[in-house]
Amino acid sequence: MKKKLVVIGNGMAPGRALEKLFEIAPDTYEVTIFNAEPRVNYDRIMLSPVLSGEKSFDEIVIHGDGWYVKHNVTLYKGATVTAIDRDAKTITSARGITVPYDKLIIATGSLPIIIPVPGHTLAGVLSYRDLDDVQAMLLASKSRGNAVVIGGGLLGLEAAVGLKEQGMDVTVLHLMPTLMERQLDTTAGLLLQKAIEARGIRVITKANTKAILGEKRVEAVLLEDGTRLQADMVVMAVGIKPNAGIAKTAGIDVARGIKVDAGMRTSDANVFAIGECAEVNGQTYGLVAPLYEMANILAQQLAGDASAQFKPSALATKLKVTGLNLFSAGDFSDGKDREEIVLRDAARGIYKRLVLQDNKLIGAVFYGDTADGAWFFDLIKRGADIASLRETLIFGPNYAGGAPLDPTAAVAALPDEAEICGCNGVCKSTIIGKIGTLGLTTLDDVRAHTKASASCGSCTGLVEQLLKVTLGDSYNPAAVLPMCACTTLGHDDVRRLIVAKSLKTIPEMMQALEWKTSCGCAKCRPALNYYMIATWPGDYVDDGQSRFINERVHANIQKDGTYSVVPRMWGGMTTSKELRAIADVVDKFKIPSVKVTGGQRVDMLGVKKEDLPAVWADLNKAGMISGAAYAKGLRTVKTCVGTDWCRFGTQDSTGLGIKLEKFLWGSWTPAKVKMAVSGCPRNCSEATCKDVGVICVDSGYDIHFAGAAGLDIHGTDVLGHVETEAEAIEAIAALVQLYREQGRYLERIYKWAKRVGHDTVRKAIMDDHERRRALYDRFVISQKFAQIDPWAERVQGKDAHEFGMLADLTKEAAE
Amino acid sequence: MKKSTAIQWVNVGRLSDIPIRGARVVKTARGCIAIFRTSEDHAFALDDRCPHKAGQLSQGIVHGTSVTCPLHNWVISLESGMAQGADHGQVRTHPLKIENGKLLLDVTALTTRSAAA
Repeated sequence: MKKKLVVIGNGMAPGRALEKLFEIAPDTYEVTIFNAEPRVNYDRIMLSPVLSGEKSFDEIVIHGDGWYVKHNVTLYKGATVTAIDRDAKTITSARGITVPYDKLIIATGSLPIIIPVPGHTLAGVLSYRDLDDVQAMLLASKSRGNAVVIGGGLLGLEAAVGLKEQGMDVTVLHLMPTLMERQLDTTAGLLLQKAIEARGIRVITKANTKAILGEKRVEAVLLEDGTRLQADMVVMAVGIKPNAGIAKTAGIDVARGIKVDAGMRTSDANVFAIGECAEVNGQTYGLVAPLYEMANILAQQLAGDASAQFKPSALATKLKVTGLNLFSAGDFSDGKDREEIVLRDAARGIYKRLVLQDNKLIGAVFYGDTADGAWFFDLIKRGADIASLRETLIFGPNYAGGAPLDPTAAVAALPDEAEICGCNGVCKSTIIGKIGTLGLTTLDDVRAHTKASASCGSCTGLVEQLLKVTLGDSYNPAAVLPMCACTTLGHDDVRRLIVAKSLKTIPEMMQALEWKTSCGCAKCRPALNYYMIATWPGDYVDDGQSRFINERVHANIQKDGTYSVVPRMWGGMTTSKELRAIADVVDKFKIPSVKVTGGQRVDMLGVKKEDLPAVWADLNKAGMISGAAYAKGLRTVKTCVGTDWCRFGTQDSTGLGIKLEKFLWGSWTPAKVKMAVSGCPRNCSEATCKDVGVICVDSGYDIHFAGAAGLDIHGTDVLGHVETEAEAIEAIAALVQLYREQGRYLERIYKWAKRVGHDTVRKAIMDDHERRRALYDRFVISQKFAQIDPWAERVQGKDAHEFGMLADLTKEAAE
Repeated sequence: MKKSTAIQWVNVGRLSDIPIRGARVVKTARGCIAIFRTSEDHAFALDDRCPHKAGQLSQGIVHGTSVTCPLHNWVISLESGMAQGADHGQVRTHPLKIENGKLLLDVTALTTRSAAA
């Protein structure tokens, strides 16, 4: 019988421990988790990008709901544990649920330190620990008032920058003379202060808070020296303390944190503690790398390996604020037996300081240029003898050893088991192995498939060098291709910043992102127009002049300047009435060619531009709307006749195709989207080479995606199986929405899926039902503004200037 | 034979008849002329024929003082008619001026050539 493992807390440390445990000892434990927060496990390090608006909560989830289901984990959300009965071996939650355990993990994390100054309980005084805090800050920041952040450490500064991004006036109060004094020396601290101030944030050091003033809500902060600062919100970010209360009440040994041995065991042999609440050898930890190390040790112990022992190693810190580069590692305080090497380049804002002891590097502080941080960090962790490198050490791996070497030499020389990504514990050989077996070529690929560089990103440089070492010249380290010559930003950065800075028009965006041209070019404008429409449905006014001619006049330009017209035929079905109307239009306007397309539609080619509105008016009268054969959007849903007629049909494939097309038409997407539904695995509608395909089977619907049959040929991958039509439609709409939100302009679904990872897409749509529902809901909202027939609008007179000439001088010129 | 080259300004419409960063066409016996309006409200007149494969420049995307041809993405300067970047070719430009919001096109070249034809 499986042993019962109960976990109190659902943060990053226990999440990692369970991941590892399921990997090395599957089916050993039946796991129950009590999470005081009402949600799944997420990446707490990435709360700052959520606060600044650069990421959404969805993007920082580590384990979606599906993960818990897959591993048979019972997760109680929003359930605080109130008691541990060590004799009965049970725990009880605030809601009165009692659960027995064989082994218990306490991973209650930490609590923010609240300075008990008068007024600290007023409404509007917040801490910065979890998503609830972030949401409270985001809500309060809507007022665009004044925020005072108490604490100029890592979290305080990230909070300050995030609140500034949300439009607040921000003041940071710091007790010490320089910012982040635990991670930075004085010089770097001052450089950082300058950079923070340059962002319009006021910094007051040596600031001793006397009181927080206000009636019911916070109104101001009063300092010891009498300074009074207006405040609509106060964020306390002065530090954390281990949350050990539950262990203490249960009689487990507690000092500052819950005391554990190097095997993560508390004074009770059946109870373990990991994470910020645990104390090993008198030391508690708050950075992710040692916490993940604790998690690995615990998993091995639970799997029966008593020899696994926690060994603390040097720590590295990086500030997660876009545009501020700052890195520190190890011990960099002054000392008699210590030497230092310092490099300053004031004009470029670069400061580097290395601290040496006995020919070993023991500490490093970098400001401005942190690219080589990981290389130095590795020297510190390995305790490498640097005597032979000393002359050029400060210049980093490029010059290690005296002569300018290949910049990748250092990483090539790292042993296979060298850890590249501290956050996710990924070693060199894992990354190189995946690059080889999966044919990865970009940083994003490596992130998707190994998780390396996917959390805090500080090892990005190393991962890029590994790509370079492995792929040679075929890897371009500057692989973030700018959108076009008008900017240095890539598509993903532009999309992220449109959201983060709430940029709602193209001119506003070009101003904020420092576009190099006055009004963009033919490459970026259509992309930006799409990103705006996809990001701000209902708000953004479509800019026709930023669209390619086909999307501007809703027909396809031909080589002689005439157009082709394709009416929609839902699911490829038509009627005698529609065909008759088409025949009449062809005769009336003397249209030279009529062609049946690959997507089961009728194409009328050679229509004069000035005839278009009249052609559409006639087609509209017969009930037909634009077939969008020109659109970066849903083109066609091809179907077979299914159970209506076919003796092999298993489901109503025609009906589903029509429903899909009626639901999805009109939506704009990064590139064209073609779909098909086949009524049985004989697949007569060729669904397995489409962007999205459905193969009907007796038990329901197999949904396929990411096929291609154009410039490239690819069979589809399976997205998943669903039992009902309604589920199929929901999953496909959610898939299209995910693509709309992540795809780069002109990037077809198969390229997008390859870039982000087919598994990532599959998990988001098939495993994580909350996320699928949220995507579906967003799609539905955007469709409210998208399903307007552009032909009918133009028949009514919209954009009339497009279809008539400005002047006719043929007579004058002939005179 | 050369005829008088006295400029003949003909009113072809109003600037506001053309969308900003857009174009419209004036039909003449010697082919179509595209009248472009930039985001700065400057106007330019060019033959509506890309030097590459005769694409209608009037249907292209206007950016800065250039237009990108809808057929194969050649970029043409509205000021000089020259193809930009690696492409070579030139489109004929026509004098155009704006007076009180009216677009006045010099049709001398058109009538001259017409008469000469």
